[in-house]
Amino acid sequence: MAEPFIRMTQVSKHYAGVTALDNVDFELQEDEIHCLVGENGSGKSTLIKIISGTVDADPGSRMEIQGERIHSHKAIDAIDRGIQVIYQDLSLFPNLTVAENIALGEFVSEHRRLVSWKDLTKIAERAMARIDVDLELNAQVSEISIADQQLVAICRALTRDVRLIIMDEPTASLTRREIESLLSVVKDMKSKGIATLFVSHKLNEVFQIADRISVLRDGKMVDVFPSQEIDEEKLTHLMTGKKVEYQSFTMAPNGSKPILETRALSRESEYANINFKLFPGEILGITGLLGSGRTELALSLFGITRPDNGEIIFEGRPVKIRNIQDAMRLGIAYVPEDRLVQGLVNEQPVGDNLIITIIDLLVNRFKLLDRTKRKKNIEQWIDGLDIKVPSVSSPVRTLSGGNQQRIVLAKWISTNPKILILDGPTIGIDVAAKFAIHEIIRDLARQGIAIILISEEVPEVYNNCNRILVMRKGCIIKEFDTSQVSVDHIQEFVNGTY
Amino acid sequence: MKNLLYRHETYVFLAIIIFVTVVSIINPAFFTLENFFDLLKSASLMGTFAIGMLFVLISGGIDISFTAIATVSGYTIAVLLLRIGDSLNIFLVFLIAALIGIALGMINALIIHNFKIPSIITTIATQNIFYGILTVITTGTWLYGFPKWFGDFATIRAFTFYTSEGVPYGLSIVSVIWIALILISWFILKYTVLGRGIYAMGGNTLSAQRAGFNLFGLTLFVYSWMGLMAGIGSVIQALLVQTVAPNSLVGKEMDVIAAVVLGGASMAGGSGSVLGMILGVTMISILGNGMTIMRVPAIWYNVVIGLVIIVSVGASAYRRKIFTRRKVITETTSAGGQSAA
Repeated sequence: MAEPFIRMTQVSKHYAGVTALDNVDFELQEDEIHCLVGENGSGKSTLIKIISGTVDADPGSRMEIQGERIHSHKAIDAIDRGIQVIYQDLSLFPNLTVAENIALGEFVSEHRRLVSWKDLTKIAERAMARIDVDLELNAQVSEISIADQQLVAICRALTRDVRLIIMDEPTASLTRREIESLLSVVKDMKSKGIATLFVSHKLNEVFQIADRISVLRDGKMVDVFPSQEIDEEKLTHLMTGKKVEYQSFTMAPNGSKPILETRALSRESEYANINFKLFPGEILGITGLLGSGRTELALSLFGITRPDNGEIIFEGRPVKIRNIQDAMRLGIAYVPEDRLVQGLVNEQPVGDNLIITIIDLLVNRFKLLDRTKRKKNIEQWIDGLDIKVPSVSSPVRTLSGGNQQRIVLAKWISTNPKILILDGPTIGIDVAAKFAIHEIIRDLARQGIAIILISEEVPEVYNNCNRILVMRKGCIIKEFDTSQVSVDHIQEFVNGTY
Repeated sequence: MKNLLYRHETYVFLAIIIFVTVVSIINPAFFTLENFFDLLKSASLMGTFAIGMLFVLISGGIDISFTAIATVSGYTIAVLLLRIGDSLNIFLVFLIAALIGIALGMINALIIHNFKIPSIITTIATQNIFYGILTVITTGTWLYGFPKWFGDFATIRAFTFYTSEGVPYGLSIVSVIWIALILISWFILKYTVLGRGIYAMGGNTLSAQRAGFNLFGLTLFVYSWMGLMAGIGSVIQALLVQTVAPNSLVGKEMDVIAAVVLGGASMAGGSGSVLGMILGVTMISILGNGMTIMRVPAIWYNVVIGLVIIVSVGASAYRRKIFTRRKVITETTSAGGQSAA
């Protein structure tokens, strides 16, 4: 085999006593699409950061790029060696224009002092031409869609003589169609001799594009495979270290009386004429593309926005949900799509995040916070949902995605909701944690809570729900009984190809 | 046109026009060339500070200590002018003040960057330290009676007109200095990688680091630049009033910050423009001047400034909110249209 582009041997990284990487060996060829998979906390991000020069590996680690031993490796050195990273958060400048976002880094790495706006536009146009995209160069990045922002990030990486593009969870916030076009861009880059290191949770994508797959677990490199030689089941097993049995959930709702019903619910430019019934003990799936109105509908059911027209019927009587307090009083709980922004107070300890929704109940007779009640309540949830935390006083941001999501869930379950709305509950968390979360959700349904599960991933709703509503352009276009149809059939409706 | 309506600057500009019209109707003495040059001259001090503050705010920081820096450099040059004034000249005075300002600004930058202390805390602390040490040494004595050449320099005009009573007026050298600084700042912010780097850092610090910007270099520049403006401002102040009093500047930080924020700079960093800064300084200056001309009691000044800031920044934020909402909606519908195709 030819000299690899990157060869890392015995690379370790410790953060304040925590082992992030433990003697990892890793190789990446000049023109391959290499996928890096692993659960949250397995060390993928750390590995990327070391390659990109934003984090130093521990002494004793060895890295070679194109056969040359690397000693000092800063971000700018990595860029000079043709390594570009597209971070999960895209790392764009929201306050600058598309053109600047694409071309400014080029100016920096060329050590230019002055900005020629003409050159800037030219660089941006050239980068866009390489992957055949057309973006409004003078638009401010904060004002374009996420998919376009992703393209900006890719274009930025392509401005230079780039040899390797590292993509960290690039598809997390993209629609199906956008993912397909992204993957074709990656393949296209390969044909131009650009290697890609692709980090993803979504194994179907991994199999679709990978030449080779490296598996990390608990900071150790488990194995490397050509992608033809491994299947999804085995990969999952290697990532998690355990076998995951997965069964779909079918449970008939108890009772024939809906707990919630909407009649011709509409909100201008968001959703229109929404009619559905929700029964206690069922998991109702709502799926659709980004912007189909699925999240907007959920926001109205939870009182964050108000519908313009239509009725919401709760336990047989019409209700108005004017604000979140109204929704909570009715027993409606909502776990938002973006748990990091909306669901958790990141800097606050785990314990305080858990009890924040019921803090008004944990008081003594003087209406002051009761420490014993508080402690008992927190412990109960940590045990009940099997949340792994070093201590209840560690800040939430230090936890893995799966554990964070459990905390968000616990927070809302503890309010004893009658209706639980889950919006993308497993976005950005790994396979094993995903199954665990699904198990929790099913358990809640068994206890008689009515659950609305909103997800872009059709298999997720398919495997967990009795009924699925497909939304497109703000309308419910179809209702499915999951026992009657296949996943692919529903997917076609979602994509609008049916 | 749409773009123009979206810009914050447009609203400040309209507010200025309205205010000028109202004041001019009440007292025609306001809308004269003489008053204009007078305003420009007195705005130069705040305007110079505002240039420094603009850079700091764009970078995502804030500096409360610049008035103390200006006081230290102003007092130093005043002492030098009194002791060895005859062997100095105006360039040396500016140079000394500039160096002191840059040095003290660098101290801010070093603390902020190395200890990762938020800039507001750092500069509140350094303001107290700089100003405190100065007060201890000087015991608050006022300094005046500078050499004649220093007084003469202040009266230089780029061009001169005469009122009907024969009083000369025109574009003061002080205003010329301010205008020159504005042009330099505009160039730096718009046409240098350094300037765009300051915007980038203010927009997303982590991304700026990942893009290869030297964050320490940017921080060092921004706070030194603020220090430089404080130093130059201290000379302008001395030129304008020919007196240096240790307590004349400290406490006026908020006026400068208000002017820059009024001009559209965000306290969260990443946005702000030279044009907006000029308009903000103009607005604050004509408010004071206009109210005096309309014989509004000076005690109302703060109330009016506060109201103007809230109305102006609020109106612009509200427009932006409407705009963004509309944007999201059209995007959603067009995305839906694509997927149906």
